[in-house]
Order: sequence, then structure tokens, then C-alpha cells
Amino acid sequence: MNRSGLFWLFLTPVLLWLFLLIVLPHVDLFILSFRTDEGWSLENYANFFTEPIYWLTFVRTAVYSIITTLLTLVVSLPVAFYITKLSRPRVRGFLMILLLLPFWVSELVRVYGWMILLRESGVLNYLFLQLGLLERPVEMLYNDATMIMGLVYTSMLFMVVPLVSVMESLDDSLVEAAYDLGASKICIWRTIIIPHCKPGITSGAIVVFMLVLGNYLTPNLMGGKNSLWFTEQIYNQFIASFNWNQGAAFGFLLLALSSCIVWVGLKLTGQKLGEVAS
Amino acid sequence: MQYDLVISRLVKEFGTFRAVDDVSFEVPKGSFFSILGPSGCGKTTLLRMIAGFEEQTSGRIEISGQDMRGVTPNRRPVNLVFQHLALFPMMNVAENIAFGLRRRKVPAAEIRRRTEEMLERVGLPGYGAKRIHQLSGGQKQRVAIARCLVLDPKLLLLDEPLGALDLKLREQMKVELKKLQAKVGTTFIYITHDQSEALVMSDTVAVMNRGRFEQVGSPQELYMDPQTPFVAGFVGDNNRWEGTVEEVEGETVLIRTDEALVFRARRKADAHKGPATLFLRPEAMVIDPVGTDGLNTFPAVVKAILFDGANSRLLTVTPSGHELLAALPQNRAFDHIRPGAEITLGWHPHSGIVFARREERP
Ligand SMILES: Nc1ncnc2c1ncn2[C@@H]1O[C@H](COP(=O)(O)OP(=O)(O)O)[C@@H](O)[C@H]1O
Ligand SMILES: [Mg+2]
Repeated sequence: MNRSGLFWLFLTPVLLWLFLLIVLPHVDLFILSFRTDEGWSLENYANFFTEPIYWLTFVRTAVYSIITTLLTLVVSLPVAFYITKLSRPRVRGFLMILLLLPFWVSELVRVYGWMILLRESGVLNYLFLQLGLLERPVEMLYNDATMIMGLVYTSMLFMVVPLVSVMESLDDSLVEAAYDLGASKICIWRTIIIPHCKPGITSGAIVVFMLVLGNYLTPNLMGGKNSLWFTEQIYNQFIASFNWNQGAAFGFLLLALSSCIVWVGLKLTGQKLGEVAS
Repeated sequence: MQYDLVISRLVKEFGTFRAVDDVSFEVPKGSFFSILGPSGCGKTTLLRMIAGFEEQTSGRIEISGQDMRGVTPNRRPVNLVFQHLALFPMMNVAENIAFGLRRRKVPAAEIRRRTEEMLERVGLPGYGAKRIHQLSGGQKQRVAIARCLVLDPKLLLLDEPLGALDLKLREQMKVELKKLQAKVGTTFIYITHDQSEALVMSDTVAVMNRGRFEQVGSPQELYMDPQTPFVAGFVGDNNRWEGTVEEVEGETVLIRTDEALVFRARRKADAHKGPATLFLRPEAMVIDPVGTDGLNTFPAVVKAILFDGANSRLLTVTPSGHELLAALPQNRAFDHIRPGAEITLGWHPHSGIVFARREERP
């Protein structure tokens, strides 16, 4: 067999896989989203804008996702800096494994872990009661702050890894030179480290933002009772209301709107997707 | 005399290893002071202590009369030009130079004026908007120096800044640096492992070896009157014989080399009867001397002619195979010499110096 024959032989399963599992269902969902019981229509999309509960849920989800992304960045920057610049080489590998470790168990188990810690009859409450810090147990679950903390925890790895890889390429003498020229620690972060890490920050932020926006488990299990995540709206349409057409439309709206947000973010920070990806 | 830097009994230990070992010296205001030593001898460590990046194990660093212990690098009146320059690639040339002034909250108009003035001074007018990667090696060099000088430091510390340049540019930058220092009048502390850089530029050179200063003096003193065998071997080219001192007469000694040549030579303080080392500069040797009265002479065979313009040498070997370099003046008197020729070399007893042979410190 000649070389191009071989090429196609290996490529075919990949293409088939892509086509059958990714392209085909999406095309099908795309068609579904434009249909109602009466035939073709844009009603499913119009519903999103006319029904405040839908777009408000989306705005809330987007705002919280942005907040989560920023918080993840703020937490991950010092962590990545410590791993690359301050820890000794042998400790470095160990720290990376510590970061990876939680991801060896499923997200569901991780979230239940948090719930065991935080619920009214949970470990933390028990400890505080025993220490006399609290008089009555408090419910630490089911509020927005806890949910954001859970989301930050789930997303951190995806921010730290790209940051570690850009920080490794940061020449230590640049930091020292800035220090030597009179810069304070905060100023060094602002003028040297963060500008250098920009590509890693952008790619990490995009990944984290998309993951958080599309997360279902954590907001559902840890979030407040009377506030919805947009993925829950989609779930409700498919499963509770059995309205696949509406659900499909929401799915595509989520994709389109989140892409818009990422695009605006890139524009605001003056970057191009191509530069970030390379 | 006013000193910009006074170092006393400075020690730096990494674990049990002494990188800087009991060093003391002063640098007068406005002078060009070099620290010369082989790589790994502790030069960078010493400089980083002065800049504040490393804390001394013991000893004292005084800059303009003020003890620097506990003062962070961003608050010391010194600036460091890094070995690999460390220009900020995320900023253009003007922003690099303005970096320090911005940190001092100097008004924007003044920053602009001083930046332009500094660019002009280092010979890069109009380069402010260029990116760092657009500059050549020599231009980067000048930006790195300008970035420090614009802050008017008491001391400018330079860590082998010419190391990354090619030979031609290095020669040129040597002269330029010297001129720049004379023009701005800032005290320069320059470290290098290249003796010619140190000799050409400096008012004073300290020769460093294994964490210690071997000798501090003017380039002429180091070259003409080395105080230790290390300095004699490290500063300038030198021929070397191992031998035994047989007689000591005041300032002269009679030395028998291991290949049984007997010479008279100048005695350094600690030379006495016993094992000794003789150093002799290539230019101290006279080829086929006319009158040999009072000269040490020995026969040698020319192995090769190392032509290098005014710095040409003969590579010769003694009958027992010891290789020696002799200066070859380019005055046409020696045009007849060819490889293989048998010649006589003579030298004045005052030109050779003899040190007692010491066991090398571990
Ligand atoms: N942070 C450090 N930890 C341990 N040893 C060091 C450290 N920095 C330098 N050294 C050692 O100190 C010695 C002197 O180093 P350095 O000052 O860089 O020499 P030079 O600049 O003269 O080449 C070297 O042997 C080096 O290995
Ligand atoms: Mg060095």
C-alpha cells in the first residue's frame, strides 16, 4: 500500500469518530433548535430573550463564571510562582502531583467531599462546636460563596498548569533587575511577571471560564436553592419539560454567548486567539 | 579620600563552602574598579552582596558611609548591569530606561527629558520607540547601562557585561565603557574573568582567587610587580619554570630549574632556599643578544612563529622540551628566523621573579 493509502487508513477512524459523535449530534441538535410542534420557527431563541428568567439566569451564570475565573487567577498566580521559582526542583514535582491528585477522583466524589466538610452536621461544624467557636451549627452549604469556592477549587489545575509553563520561561534576572531598579514586590508583579505570563493567563482563563460556565454538578449540589445555573435550565428543558427543541436552542445560545464573552475579553486585553494558542 | 564603597572582612558561605572569604577593600569616589578572577572564584556572589541580593554571612558593606545590612536591593543607591543584561522584553527602549524613574514617581515630562538625554549620552538618540529584540548586541549593552545610569547611582555594578559580545565588538565596547565612565564620573565596579578588559579599563584592579583577594593595585603594578604566583600567572602571559633556589643574595636569588638551567632572578619577599617558581614575561626575552654580560642565557629551538602583528611571538622549546614564549619584535631584524632555527635567548635578572613554591591551597 502506498503512503497516502496508509494515511487515509489511519485517518478514517478519527474522522468517523469526529463525524458520528461530534458533528452529527450537533447538526441534529441545531436542526431541533429551530423546530417547534408547529414546524420551523425562531421561537425557541426568542423565548430566551423575552422570558426574563432565562436571560437573567444566563447573566448570573456569566457574571459568576467571570468572578470565578478572576478568583482562580488570583489564587493560581502565587501558587504557580511558588512552584516554578521558589520551591527546590525535587519539591516541584511533588507539588505538581499534589495539584493533580484531586483530579484522580471524579468531580462528584470531590463535591461530596466538600459537602461532608461543610454541611450543618459536617466535620467543620463539629470541630467548631467542640472548640467552642460556635454555639449552634451553621449551614455553610447552599450559598453563592461556597459554590464559587467549589468552582475555584475545581478549576485551579487548569489555570496553574499553563501559568507554570509560562513562568518557567521567565528569566529570574528580569525580576531581580526590576527589584534593583527600585520596584516594590507588587510593582514587579504588575510590570514584569503578569505581562510576561499574559499568554498563559489568557489560555488558562479561557479554559477555566468555559469549564465553569458549562459546569453542572458543582453549582447544582453546592449552590443556593433559589438561584439557577444556566446548565440547569438546559437540563430542565431536556429532562423535566421534555422540550428538546428549547433545550437545544439554549445549548447553542450558551455556546454563542460564551464565545462572544471570550472574544470581548480578548479584545479588551488586546490579544488574538492565534497568539494565545501557539 | 572619599570612598563610595568600603567593604570590611566580608564572608559569604553556602553551606560549608566559602564563596567569598574575608574580603576587605575600598573604592574611591569616581574610580573604575575591577575585580578580576577565574570563573567560579566568587565574583558574582560578591557583587550580589553589594547589590543586596545575597546577605553576607559576616562582615560589613558601607556605601557612602552607610551600613547596608538589612537594606533591600530596591532601596540601595547602587544599580547592577546583569551578566545577560536582563532588559525587559515587554517594554520598548524608552520604557526600559524610564522604569527606575517611574518607580521614583518622577513627573512624566522630566522622565521623558532625562530618558532622551540618557539615550543621547550612550549614543542611541531616537531609539526610544524600538523594541528590545530589534537592537544589536552592542546597543542592548548600552541600553542596559543607560537604564542604570539614568538613576544616578552612587555605584554602578557590572557583571561581565561584555561576555556575550563577539571579540571585535568587545574591543570596541571596552574603550567606549571607559570613555563613558570618565564622562559621567560615576563609580564603576566591574567584574570580569578577562584580564585584558580589566587592565585596559580600570584605575584599580583586584585579583580574586577562590573567594579571596590576592592583590589590589593599578594595572601596571599587577603586571610589573605581582605579589603572588597566582597573580603572576593570571595577569598577562607569563613563562613559568619550576626549580630550586640555591643561593639568596639580598634581592637576587640563584635558581636552578628542574631542567638544570641556572639563572639569577629577582626575589619576591618569601622566596628562600628550597623549591621555587620562576616567572618570566615573553617580552623580557631578547633573541640572540649581542652582549651577554650580566644576562641569563639559554639555548632554544624555534618551534613555530605565532604572527600577530605587534604582538607576535616565537614558540620555542629548550633542549629538555620545556615550551616558552618569546616576544618577536616586528622590526625586520629577525626576519631570518624560521621554525627549526637554533637561537639563544637572554634576559635581564631583574625581569624574572621567583616565588617560593607553596602547596596549592585545597
Ligand atoms: N546560591 C548558591 N548556592 C550554593 N553555591 C553557590 C551559590 N551561588 C554561587 N555558588 C558557588 O559559589 C562559587 C562562586 O560563584 P560565583 O560568585 O558565581 O563565581 P563567579 O561569578 O566568579 O564565576 C561557585 O563555586 C558557585 O558554585
Ligand atoms: Mg559570574
